[in-house]
Amino acid sequence: MPILKTFKGGVHPAEYKYLTDQAPIRIAKVPSQVIIPLQQHTGAPCEPLVAKGDKVRAGQKIGDAKAFVSSPIHASISGTVSKVAKHPHPLGQELPAIFIDSDREDNWMEGIGPVRDYSTRSPQELRGIVREAGIVGLGGAAFPTHVKLTPPADKKIDLVLLNGAECEPYLTSDHRIMVERPAEVAEGLRLIMRILGVSRALVGIERNKPDAIAALQREFSAEPFIEVVEMEVKYPQGSEKQLIKVLAGREVPSGGLPFDVGAVVQNVGTALAIYEAIALGKPLIERVITLSGDGIAHPSNLLVRIGTPLRDLIGECGGIVGDLRKVVVGGPMMGLAQYSLSIPVVKGISGVLMLSRDNVEIVEEGPCIRCGRCLAVCPMRLSPSLMADAVKARDIASAEACHLLDCMECGSCAFVCPAKRHMVQWIKYGKNEIAAKRQKK
Amino acid sequence: MSTEADKDTKDEATEIPNLVVSASPHIRDGVTTRQIMRDVAISLIPAGIASIYFFGYQALLVIVTCILGSMLTEAATRKILKRPHTLADGSAFVTGLLLAYCLPPSCPYWIGIVGAASSIVLGKELYGGLGYNPFNPALVGRAILLAAWPTQMTTWIMPRAQWFGRLDGVTGATPLTALKLHGQTTPLLDLFLGRVGGSLGETSALALLVGAAYLLWRGIIDWRIPTSFTLSVFLLSATLGVDPFFAILSGGVILGAFFMATDYVTSPITPKGKLIFGLGCGAITVLIRSFGGYPEGVCYAILLMNCATSLIERYTQPKGYGIVPARRRPS
Repeated sequence: MPILKTFKGGVHPAEYKYLTDQAPIRIAKVPSQVIIPLQQHTGAPCEPLVAKGDKVRAGQKIGDAKAFVSSPIHASISGTVSKVAKHPHPLGQELPAIFIDSDREDNWMEGIGPVRDYSTRSPQELRGIVREAGIVGLGGAAFPTHVKLTPPADKKIDLVLLNGAECEPYLTSDHRIMVERPAEVAEGLRLIMRILGVSRALVGIERNKPDAIAALQREFSAEPFIEVVEMEVKYPQGSEKQLIKVLAGREVPSGGLPFDVGAVVQNVGTALAIYEAIALGKPLIERVITLSGDGIAHPSNLLVRIGTPLRDLIGECGGIVGDLRKVVVGGPMMGLAQYSLSIPVVKGISGVLMLSRDNVEIVEEGPCIRCGRCLAVCPMRLSPSLMADAVKARDIASAEACHLLDCMECGSCAFVCPAKRHMVQWIKYGKNEIAAKRQKK
Repeated sequence: MSTEADKDTKDEATEIPNLVVSASPHIRDGVTTRQIMRDVAISLIPAGIASIYFFGYQALLVIVTCILGSMLTEAATRKILKRPHTLADGSAFVTGLLLAYCLPPSCPYWIGIVGAASSIVLGKELYGGLGYNPFNPALVGRAILLAAWPTQMTTWIMPRAQWFGRLDGVTGATPLTALKLHGQTTPLLDLFLGRVGGSLGETSALALLVGAAYLLWRGIIDWRIPTSFTLSVFLLSATLGVDPFFAILSGGVILGAFFMATDYVTSPITPKGKLIFGLGCGAITVLIRSFGGYPEGVCYAILLMNCATSLIERYTQPKGYGIVPARRRPS
């Protein structure tokens, strides 16, 4: 057996992908109300372009910002704007959002749908379409895609990496997209390459998705410069920096961007969204999410409108079973626990986990016994226990010297810690302290 | 922008009370401190059986008094210091067991109790408990006993002297003492199996290696410290003209390299640091044996290297992903 590509460190959590990896993507019911936060991306929040009482159609732009690092938002259903108000956001605070009450007609903006000819569009025009469609990285980080498609003039980009790793347990949305819509994903990748003027691409998929690997290999069989690479199953392989290391053998410098090593990474879901925006004129108003866990009757992959409240999705999946104790937006390793089911699906959410009491443990933090497991698994090759110690002692300078800011909070250290230390919590706290300190200066 | 209160989220019928909101990750693997301690205790069982086989019930008595002494001392100390009880983490049990293994089987029972109390109080609790102690607690206990009661600590009985009855009539020298004072060598097979005098847990290399293999297989200990420790004893002894196999199999090298120097808390956490730590332990052991006043140096070698742990760590931090060291910048 060939030695599969992978990176140093990482962990092997139980996958639980069998719950949904064979479940075809179902189209969720159009909700009666959507709540569309003005901030669904990294960067400047949008300003609303509509006010209470306005009628909107699905696909209509309802918020935008002038800043380059930002992304517009669109109505995901047709209806009336009922209010613009603060609402619980998956990030854990109340943030302004546009509420749209459905007119139950699901009227879309004209021109969305039929495939159009885009063969003569310039890269600049294509990039503009991606921006106007409000596309952000759908793997979870929600970084505006047009920014990632605009390398600085002094950086030579020679490689596009398509991320189909989907290394978080439970999540299967990318997997299903690759299996069910490989042609569109492939065309999305070609468009990304065209925009960047790059001729070589690698598609990284973990070996637990053989059907996805086969599907994309078929798509690119006639294109020798696009290669599908089978990777070992290991978390966090889908992290941008780890993927670049695995596929290209390059290390993004500390504090730098993939641009610095000539690479651009895009998620398979993002590639699909890019295709739909350019070929169909469709803005990012719906996405595929995995709803899974032992707290839901029928774990599923759903195509949902952005802004759909979580509670509407529960009904789609047969309702809550057992003693539901935790609702996590994202995967179990990096996802955010929620306190309310009224939060809406935003662009960056690839899954929702409903965990019952059996899968939710509240553990007391014990003393570090210095076993070194966290060092062994840290994919960034940092010393998590030292960083956590420094933060705990409020010694922010030492924490920074340990490269706290290079930590991506993947949670591998806390996953293996026998003392059950709240490693990521301390690290997040330390990052906030560093940010606060810098702001003061 | 309107700021009207958002009422409809509060009285939602589908809201779930008592949702747990905690930082990620939301799953963890099952390994706990207690399990690790249990594995260490399991790995020490073969050596314990060997000691009872060779030295009789007196060995069992030492083991029991050390473990009980260690656990009772920890319970009492935590109560006096008004700290939460920590017996459940299993570390006091392991400390007692390890201390017993480096005592002479013929030592009076109070030696075990005084040693266990010293290990726990002076070696661990005064520093703040498990995870904060700079020195291996069991070795602290042994070092104190050796300094305070040298006679009791260096009176050895020969293996299989008698199962029951008086033992003090059949004393002898350990292989290392025999070599140092009388220039006598011991057959390697006797050393390997444990048919020699010595501390009760360190005589049978075979039994210790069975336990060590278990720890390596379970991923509890890392190969680096034992390897560099034994390798440096082997090479340095050979250089100084001592039979290197004798050097490894005699005294406390195997017990020290696999069970004492690998103590998580008191050894470096970094991979490179572990190699350096083991090398230092081995080197100091041989230097004490060859040039020092004592026939054996494992205990002091590890304690001395414990002092260097944080220094070693400081200079062996892993090079992080994408981090370019400052000195490599072009000048």
